[in-house]
Order: sequence, then structure tokens, then C-alpha cells
Amino acid sequence: MTTTAVRELSFGQAINEAIRQEMRRDPNIIVMGEDVAGAAGRAHLGFVDAWGGPLRATRGLITEFGPERILDTPIAEMGFLGAGVGAAMSGLRPIVEIMFVDLIGCCYDQIMNQAAKMHYMMGGQVDLPLVIRTAYGTRGGDNRTYGGGAGAQHSQTLYAVLAHIPGLKVVVPSTAYNAKGLTISAIRDNGPVIILEHKFLGLRAKGAVPEESYAVPIGRAEIARRGRDVTLCGIGRMTHICSEAAESLAVEGIDAEVVDVLTLSPLDEETILESVSRTRRLVVVDEDTPVCSVARDIAARVADKGFDNLDAPIKTVTAPDTPVPFSAVLEAHYTPGPAQVISAVREMFGIGA
Amino acid sequence: MQNEAIRSSANSAAGLAQPLPSREKLLWMYERLTLIREFEERLKWLVETGVPVGAVHYYTGQEACAVGVCAALEPSDWIASTHRGHGHCIAKGVEVHRMMAELYGKTTGSNRAKGGSMHITDVRVGMLGVNPIVGMGVTHAVGAALSAKVRKTSQVAAAFFGEGGASIGAVHEAMNLAAIWKLPVIFVCENNGYAQATPVEYAVSVPRIADRAAAYSMPGVTVDGQDAIAVWEAAATAVERARRGEGPSLIECMTYRYYGHHQGDDTARYRSREEEQGARERDCIRRFREQMLDQNLLTPEELDAIESVNHKKIDEAVAFAESSPLPQPADLFTDVYVPARDGEQQ
Repeated sequence: MTTTAVRELSFGQAINEAIRQEMRRDPNIIVMGEDVAGAAGRAHLGFVDAWGGPLRATRGLITEFGPERILDTPIAEMGFLGAGVGAAMSGLRPIVEIMFVDLIGCCYDQIMNQAAKMHYMMGGQVDLPLVIRTAYGTRGGDNRTYGGGAGAQHSQTLYAVLAHIPGLKVVVPSTAYNAKGLTISAIRDNGPVIILEHKFLGLRAKGAVPEESYAVPIGRAEIARRGRDVTLCGIGRMTHICSEAAESLAVEGIDAEVVDVLTLSPLDEETILESVSRTRRLVVVDEDTPVCSVARDIAARVADKGFDNLDAPIKTVTAPDTPVPFSAVLEAHYTPGPAQVISAVREMFGIGA
Repeated sequence: MQNEAIRSSANSAAGLAQPLPSREKLLWMYERLTLIREFEERLKWLVETGVPVGAVHYYTGQEACAVGVCAALEPSDWIASTHRGHGHCIAKGVEVHRMMAELYGKTTGSNRAKGGSMHITDVRVGMLGVNPIVGMGVTHAVGAALSAKVRKTSQVAAAFFGEGGASIGAVHEAMNLAAIWKLPVIFVCENNGYAQATPVEYAVSVPRIADRAAAYSMPGVTVDGQDAIAVWEAAATAVERARRGEGPSLIECMTYRYYGHHQGDDTARYRSREEEQGARERDCIRRFREQMLDQNLLTPEELDAIESVNHKKIDEAVAFAESSPLPQPADLFTDVYVPARDGEQQ
């Protein structure tokens, strides 16, 4: 008799498995990006599979699928993302990696004007099964007391400018489990989907991942922790921050519900509204900067459609309206942590912050 | 211009298109070469002993490129750099103690701890900034050259980029702009053979980046980037051309980074030990020293003294960084917007 324990995967390993399983299933899926494999063109010298992305999510794929389907690109985001758009319109299902979300400035036209609008502008003539994967986020409040992180141009979140574009689906997984499931859903989606993968989830995201293929549906938020007194809406790493805050709040007798948004666009308003209808209080926690943020978008929707269910004004906890500072001590202040969430909740309940 | 042989400096001054730099300048060059090497080697040691400096990209091995180019520039000229920018900073005159303090995240740093390694800037010495978004620094250098032309100064700008950066659209747009407007800019491509783990023979469509200069109607030359005099010679020629109002030039420097793309990168996954060893055998600092001694241009005592001073300089830079203050939370909110300057209305 055998017991099959579900093995644990890291965030990057889960994404790797999703891509691998889908690529086995569908020969039209290709992967493109800078050093998605590494050491391009050097297999005959004994160098292959040298890099594999910032999360190592594409490590090993070239060994199975070869350089015809795993394509290392030069540094040319506008060009190769555009090639991804064209390929998606003509029979392939490309997965294009933009190494860091901070680089979307180099190729934003291909996302905003091209991929997102093609199907609409052409009256439905073409599908656009393009997946864009990109890494985001600060190192956050770890234990560094000096020194710094990746700085202003390698630490941003920016999904607000992506969610803003009609026609583009935006997903932000938070665990190894939903990373695999959402990646599979994104690949199977016939329209453009961008997946934002936090660079520094680390052990928080590691967890049990079934070996078989499964899809986590796009457009569905999840209740990560049931509660009664306040809804904490989190995105990506902030979902874990909300869970940590909930643990601390429980000690004080406040029972928080944590909702993991998962899909920023199209947003699952129903789950959030239903949660607030029971808890009557909402805090949205978002690592992005505040102006025109997803946090404020969620808050506005709930203030509009859930007004009668609210016992207190909605609070948002976000990064400040500044670039990301290099300094580790400043970056810790920049990145929302459990303390800020707890403080917002206490304020909401009229307890001293 | 196609497939031109890589230019190295001959062992005698007779082979050069330019008269050799002055003795003072040669001493300066050795001082900068060794200061960069000392800084980066010390930084690597600090990183490996746990100092949390964030993402760093060692310039070790490429010193002759930065120093050769900056030797041909005036303090009032501009340069713009890439993520691998410590060498350019030091060559242009950014103070090493302010660089080290920046890496340590202290308020005495060049960028007041707001920028870090990838953004070190010092406009007082004409350093427009280390810039890690590939190709963006090149466009800024073109802008500085435009500024010089409009304001009718004799300044020039040098734009550093890698052979990886040669694939990004912004660099091509910048070159075309510089060519049509005859801007005083020198495009310096440091071809170290690898963009992260991607080799140049895969990513670049021509045998020599310098071949692309013809596409923008500017002169292009490939030089031995591990030969500081060869780099200086090409740069001095390009600078003279720019100051005469004849427009931009492209210099491709064949060079090598001894270490990986960023700290902790395992180069064995994409390049051979033999190749790395070969590059070290052509070490630019050792070769410069040999040239200076063989040609009786400088004395061994002078060169040794320079190295000794630089070693102490880095000791002091680290001590300065360690003892400098950390930022306060309120510093997070400074310099978001640009304030009115004296006498201005806003």
C-alpha cells in the first residue's frame, strides 16, 4: 500500500511544472524571453540551460523542448513581445517573459495598444492566446539594517497600469498551488493574459502542489482565511501580509477574513462584496503605489455597490506615492507590512493605533 | 570599415594616430585603472562576507574601456553608463567613498541612499548616471550632446552600452538622432561577449558591432578593450571629431568581465574556464603597466605608490561607509517632486 503525500514545490517550481505540462500537451506553445534558457547557441560546446529566469521558472525546459520552442532573445522587449503578438495571431501560443515588470515601459505599446485591443479592433477575427510573465516587487521588510535592495527601477509593482487596459487579463498568484493553476489557465486562455510573479515570496509561497494538471480559474478571488469582523483584501505577497496581520489581530479578539484577489482584471467583485456583506469592514492591501491603484479601484467598487453593508469607511494600505528607495531601511518603510494592516484595522475599530 | 582588424596600440608611439598622453595623464590612467580594480575586488569581498549592498554588477576586467575613454574627456564633458557602472563612475571622477556609502545605504552616499549601485550619479563631475534599463543611458547622453550643441558649448558626451544593449531599439534611435543632428556624442560599445548568459555570437547579427556604424553614417572602429592606450586613442580621435562639429562616432571595445553578470552568478554554466583564463592573461592593468615600464614612460616606484595609495583609499571608503548615518523614515518622501529654485516662481 502506498501513501501519496502531495509534494511541496516552490513558487518558481510550480510555474515551471505548469509550463512543462502544458507544453507537452500542446506543441504550439513556445517560450520567449531573455535567458529563459541561457547560453543560447552553445549546446555543442556543452553549455545549455544556463539561466532560466529570475525565479528559475523556465530552467530545464530547453532540455526537454529544444531551442525551437524555448527561444532566448536579445535585449529587445518591444521587438520580441511584438513578435509574440504576431505569433499569437497566427497559430502559436507564446509565453513571453518580460524579466521585470519595471521593463514594460520598453514594450508597453505591444501590451496596451496591440495585444489588449487586437481582438476587439478586428471585430473578433483573431484570437490572441499570448501569455506575458513578469517578475515584480520589493525585497520588503526583511532583517537588513543597512545596505539596499534592487532600487527604483527593479522593485516596482505597476500592475495598476496593466489592469487599467481593457481586454487584458491580469493575474497575481500568491502560492505555489495557485501559481501552477493560474499559469495553466492563462496558457489555455485564448486572449492576452499577463501574470505577475512576486520576486521575493520565498518560503511563504512554498506548498503542496498536485502532480496532475489543474486550472485555477481566472476571474475568481479566494477566501484564504474565514473571519467575521473585517475583510482584508490582499494581492500577491500582500495576501500573506494580511494573513500574518490576521494572526496578530486574532490575539486581540478581532477575527479577520482574508480574501486573495488573484485576478486584478476581470476583478471578482462578487466574492469581495459577499465577504464585506458579512464582515462589514474592508481593508485593501496593495504593494503598488496609491494613485489610481487597484486598491483604490476595489475600494471604489465596494463603496459603490456595497455601501449599505459598510459600518466604516474603506481603508487602503499601499506603498507611498514615491519611487522605491534603494536603502534597505527605507524600503522596509515603503513596503506594507502586517503592522500597517493592524494599525488600519485598529483605527477602523476606534482602538488606539 | 567592414571586418576591420581589432586595433591595439603598437609598442611604440609611432603606431598611434594620436601623440601619447602626457606623463601626468598616464599616471592618472594607472591610478584610475587600479582604483577601479581595487574598488570592485573589495566590493566583491564585502558582498561575499555578507554586506547587503543589493544588486551589483562587477566591472572587473573592463577597466581599460572606462579609463581609456575618460582619459580623452574633460571634466565638463558628460558620460552615461549602464548597470555595470562602477568603473565609469570612478573613471569620470565620482568619489569612491561616496560610492561605497551609497552601496551601504547611507545618507552620505552619492544618491543619499535613494539610488544604490544601479543609479550612482554625480552631475558635478559630468556623470549622468548609472542606468540599468538597457539603452536608456545612451539616449540621455545624446540629450546631453544636444544640450551642448544648442547652448553652443564645446562639451561632448560619451554613451556606454554593452553588446547586449546593441540590440535594444532605443540605442538605434539614439544613433540615428545623433547622426542626423550631428551631435557631439561618442557611442562606446563594451563588447564583453555576454549579455547575462546570452553570448554575442547568438544575439548579434553582425560580426562586429562597429559594422553597424555605417548604418548611421558615422565612423566605427573596433579596438582591443583590454588595451587602455588603444581605447584612449580611438576615443581621442572621436572626441576631436565631435568638438569640430562633425558628429558622432562608434567605438567598439572588445573586453571581458572576469566575474558573472551580477553577484553570485555561476559563469561555469555558460562559459569556459579556459576562456576566462585567456582574458586574465590579457589583463589590462598588467599590460598597461608593462607598456609604461617597457617604454620607460613611468617608473615602477611611481606605479607601486599609486597602488598603495589606492588600497588605502578603499580602506577609507569602507570605513567612511560603515560609520556614516542611516536614512530616517522621513527621507522616503524627499525629492519626489523637484522644488522651485532660488528666484523662480512656481
